Amino acid sequence: MRAANVFNLGIKEFRSLLRDPIMLVLIVYSFTLSIYTAATAMPESLNRATIAIVDEDHSPLSARIADAFYPPYFLKPELITPAQMDARMDAGIVTFALDIPPNFQRDVLAGRQPAIQLNADATRMTQAFTGTGYIQNIVLGEVDAFVKRYRDSQATPVDLALRSRFNPQLDKTWFSSVMQVINNITLLAIVLTGAALIREREHGTVEHLLVMPVTPLEIMLSKVWSMGIVVLTASAFALVAVVQWLLAVPIQGSLGLFLLGTALHLFATTSMGIFLGTIARSMPQFGLLLIMVLLPLQLLSGGMTPRESMPELVQHIMLAAPTTHFVMLAQGVLYRGAGLDIVWPQLVAIGVIGGVLFALSLARFRRTIATMA
Amino acid sequence: MSRLKAGDDTRGFPVARLRDVSLRYRSTQALEGIDVDLPTGELVGLVGPDGVGKSSLLALIAGARSLQAGTVEVLGGDMSDARHRRRACPRIAYMPQGLGKNLYPTLSVAENIDFFGSLFGHARQERLRRIAELTQATGLVRFLDRPAGKLSGGMKQKLGLCCALIHDPDLLILDEPTTGVDPLSRQQFWELIEEIRAERTAMSVLVASAYMEEAARFDTLIAMDAGRIMATGSPQELLERTGTGSLEAAFIALLPEARRREYRPVEISPLRLAEGDIAIEARDLTMRFGSFTAVAQASFRIPRGEIFGFLGSNGCGKTTTMKMLTGLLPASDGQAWLFGQAVDPKDIATRRRVGYMSQSFSLYSELTVRQNLDLHARLFQVAESEIASRIKEMAERFGLQGSIDALPDTLPLGHRQRLSLAVAMIHRPELLILDEPTSGVDPVARDAFWRILIELSRRDGVTIFISTHYMNEAERCDRISLMHAGQVLVTDRPADLMARRGATNLEDAFIAYLREAVAESDAATPATAAPRKTHAPSGETASSAHGSLSIRRMLSYTRRESLELRRDPIRMALALVGSLLLMVVIGYGINLDVEDLHFAIFDQDQTSLSRDYADNIGGSRYFIAQPPLASHADLDRRMQAGELSLAIEIPPGFARDLARGRQVEIAAWLDGAMPTRAETARGYVLGMHNDWMRARAREAGLSAALVQPASLEVRYRYNPDVRSLVAMVPAVIPLLLMLIPAMLATLSVVREKEIGSITNFYVTPVTRLEFLLGKQLPYVALSMLSFVLLMGLAAFLFRVPFTGSLAALLLATLLYVCAATALGLLISTFMRSQIAAIFGTAILTIVPAVNFSGMIDPVASLEGGGRLIGELFPTAHYLTITRGTFSKGLALTDLWHAFLALLLATPVLLGLAVLLLKKQEA
Repeated sequence: MRAANVFNLGIKEFRSLLRDPIMLVLIVYSFTLSIYTAATAMPESLNRATIAIVDEDHSPLSARIADAFYPPYFLKPELITPAQMDARMDAGIVTFALDIPPNFQRDVLAGRQPAIQLNADATRMTQAFTGTGYIQNIVLGEVDAFVKRYRDSQATPVDLALRSRFNPQLDKTWFSSVMQVINNITLLAIVLTGAALIREREHGTVEHLLVMPVTPLEIMLSKVWSMGIVVLTASAFALVAVVQWLLAVPIQGSLGLFLLGTALHLFATTSMGIFLGTIARSMPQFGLLLIMVLLPLQLLSGGMTPRESMPELVQHIMLAAPTTHFVMLAQGVLYRGAGLDIVWPQLVAIGVIGGVLFALSLARFRRTIATMA
Repeated sequence: MSRLKAGDDTRGFPVARLRDVSLRYRSTQALEGIDVDLPTGELVGLVGPDGVGKSSLLALIAGARSLQAGTVEVLGGDMSDARHRRRACPRIAYMPQGLGKNLYPTLSVAENIDFFGSLFGHARQERLRRIAELTQATGLVRFLDRPAGKLSGGMKQKLGLCCALIHDPDLLILDEPTTGVDPLSRQQFWELIEEIRAERTAMSVLVASAYMEEAARFDTLIAMDAGRIMATGSPQELLERTGTGSLEAAFIALLPEARRREYRPVEISPLRLAEGDIAIEARDLTMRFGSFTAVAQASFRIPRGEIFGFLGSNGCGKTTTMKMLTGLLPASDGQAWLFGQAVDPKDIATRRRVGYMSQSFSLYSELTVRQNLDLHARLFQVAESEIASRIKEMAERFGLQGSIDALPDTLPLGHRQRLSLAVAMIHRPELLILDEPTSGVDPVARDAFWRILIELSRRDGVTIFISTHYMNEAERCDRISLMHAGQVLVTDRPADLMARRGATNLEDAFIAYLREAVAESDAATPATAAPRKTHAPSGETASSAHGSLSIRRMLSYTRRESLELRRDPIRMALALVGSLLLMVVIGYGINLDVEDLHFAIFDQDQTSLSRDYADNIGGSRYFIAQPPLASHADLDRRMQAGELSLAIEIPPGFARDLARGRQVEIAAWLDGAMPTRAETARGYVLGMHNDWMRARAREAGLSAALVQPASLEVRYRYNPDVRSLVAMVPAVIPLLLMLIPAMLATLSVVREKEIGSITNFYVTPVTRLEFLLGKQLPYVALSMLSFVLLMGLAAFLFRVPFTGSLAALLLATLLYVCAATALGLLISTFMRSQIAAIFGTAILTIVPAVNFSGMIDPVASLEGGGRLIGELFPTAHYLTITRGTFSKGLALTDLWHAFLALLLATPVLLGLAVLLLKKQEA
């Protein structure tokens, strides 16, 4: 292997990329505006949940309950009749419908423990779950407070002091901004190397490489380092300028450590891109393969829903994906301020996966390059 | 009607009239002040060196390129007027430069011609008749089923001509049509044109050519140089005017003084061979592709320093032989040696001694000329100090100084060939393997190139293995081999070959050899003998349909796109099986029900009461207890490592204080790194804490003080068991039916742009809407099939109940996949490269579909730009319908506003795409 060849071929990759202004615009978009929009669209915790109230009691207590729902958690509740409830839930206009039964206040004061019915649209699972907890607290809190005015009650003997660490306000921007960066890192790394390989094949330049004194290893390494640097630069910029500065998300740990992890992750994902590039025979095939690989990587690596809640089999399989470890590493370093002493297992895992992917791609690349000409 | 007019009335009137036409590409002036009338019914030839504007001029007349200055009138109308272009283009046929640039590589010969026929509105019967006729005449009839991509260069040119001729054009524009075509085929090609002209006397033919031998056939010649017209006249007039004996000489005489001075005739000094020093040796080299034998037992020995010519008809196996010699193709049989060493594709050292130039341009089109030269110099390890001077030398030798910082795609064909040659020679190889290096290069440059070759051979002892279709080049070779149908017919010195055949020139000798071989191999099919029937006037060019939407033209794009899809079963399978696989993975993998969260307790009390509290939490399905925490430091570390989602700290004296009625506080720490998870966990903890206290109160027989005054009954509607799958499946279908169709539709257009077949859209009567709709339809059908499969999976494997109206869902899906493909088409109008198209489509569809469309967070709860995108993006509306029909038992009438949004999406997206798509090259 000659380092000069790897270097020169890498420079060629840069030049190719610079010739594609639309691609450059897209890269800039995906690491700035796209992240900003995605991060700011997701509000803190429960936000603007839609709720309708069927007040069949028309008492001071029921009015008090209705008044207790206000932004930002809830949109101002609509007061509706029982007949309207189904239609509004069916159409998805409201996620929750609270039904306060007749004589509710009277029954409460009489100690009959009446029940309020809460209808939650379970097709919107996340909001249904979170919202139910909120509504329960709000309704019961209001009832408690109302009752206290009539009856002396002692304070609860055991307090639960609930605090969330690393993100005290549970601001979703923190989470989704960084996850967007991670998603884009993976996407871009795969596209830049894999699609570039297919392009070489479709334009016949692979044939040219084959008659030159360069080895498949050199060709592959050149794509890995050059495109790796492009993505690394873009992600560092996104993290500092968009996440840290524009979105004002505090980053707890060391940016350097995170970038080290990113570099390793890029080694793995660029190799994966080349692997896909050797499998696909044309650009449309590559596009489809990309979707097939990317969606599970994005949705199942713990950046979207908690890993613990996934079926065990999926959890195990996803341990083979570099993104899973990278998401863990990113959360550890960026939110929890974890240092090398804590995240080294992830670094090792990404490195090993990257090594395996690289070796696999190289073997496949060597085997298939002759058929690409 | 139009035929009559073109045939009789306009005889003598110009078919095209150009006035003061100029064209610039950035800094280069391609055409300057062109004033010319092209006579109707004649064969007009544009001749001139490479890069003088011949192709630009043809593209302007064909309407493929938009006019910058001046007027171009073709067939009696202004070509800058889009309406006239639409009326005129069914009567114009344009064959662009480059080997098969406007053909579709995966389509067969017959399918390619058929596609063009249907674009011009011919009925099926008529098309079949014409295909038979044209392929008979061009000799392609034996290869009707072969994919265009697998044809040799010359056969691609013939196919291109068939495609151009299928609609009986009144104006036939051919840009270097015989470049790379063997002499026999070239002869047949011109015979064919003559026949057609004899029959359709009104047809005008405009040809750009680099073959001076051919120019003698033309009625009128237009000699061009540097974007200007130097002279016009018949070949005879030009000869007289210049006082020269051949057109080649006349052409050189017409060149400006400075250019002419560069020219010297090629002189060949005799070859002195060092005995026994063999550069290339091949013994019984054979290549088989399946049952087809491309090369059969080729054997030759080429001594060092010899110029060895390789001649043969198109597709006879020349390129394959060359590829075997370079190691690009492993031979099926036989062996070859370079410099005495067996050919080994892994042998890096030998690669350094060889320079190879392939037939089609295979350099980096995204690098400039200089950057290409520089890269290759470096990869071939030219010393750093030498690189700059070497590039300069190459640029000078090949006349590339003027275009040194230009991109190859902007260069004329001849200059691109020169660049390839320069690259092949930059590292001073000892052996040059050149596959038709001079195709499309003008005579002056070709001679210059040959002087270099001869110098290399005679002075430096470089061995040159070269294939060519130019007979005057073949004559300069020391020895030549004639190849036909995989067989080497004969190998000898050119003079001896002519003598053997008793021919006066090499071309005749060559054709004689070929005819003999052809007669032997298939005595059955005479090449051009089939009598051409006079075209029935029924084949009028469906001009009735121009302007409005023509279903036939639209469907011809649909058919072509579907054929391409069928030829690529992997793409189809990926689209269909891929969706199913993704649905399984996502459906099973994503669990929106947050459970099995890890938690640990820091119990500083260690009483039965504190353990009871811990068991209360650990016993639920939401939390799984981890080993208890030993210290605050331990708590910090494990939370930092992300091992725990929840840590509970019970203070010392918890049980004692509680018994004494003192206020106690339990601390719970949530990992806020993942806010949704923390949010849900908080709800769980609060609930469990309250439960525990109530249970405690009951045990203690405490008063009603702790009893809640009211309760909340939660009914999870539409999904009473709160199964994630029931919620996920209706959400995954919209996601998949957006991503995959959009990706396929985008690439289908951008691919044509990148490959070059988009030219067909520029120069045929197909409208923008027909083009887009035609391309969209197959993907809509494919997506609907995918939808059916997904529904099957949901019903039979996942057993997700379906409660609403299936008809409503089906209709909504149709509208939705139309919108998804239309979005892809819209994206495609911005993209030029497929890489950008893939990346762009991915980020422009995945993020809105996953994050902004209510898959996890309902659109109403979003804010800012995301909210707006969510409202506009079709996925959110379709999601309402899938959820409504799957889980809520709804029908069309309940969901009309979502339907309305979907109904609007396709016309809006497609309308924008039509507006943004350009019908001409800028």
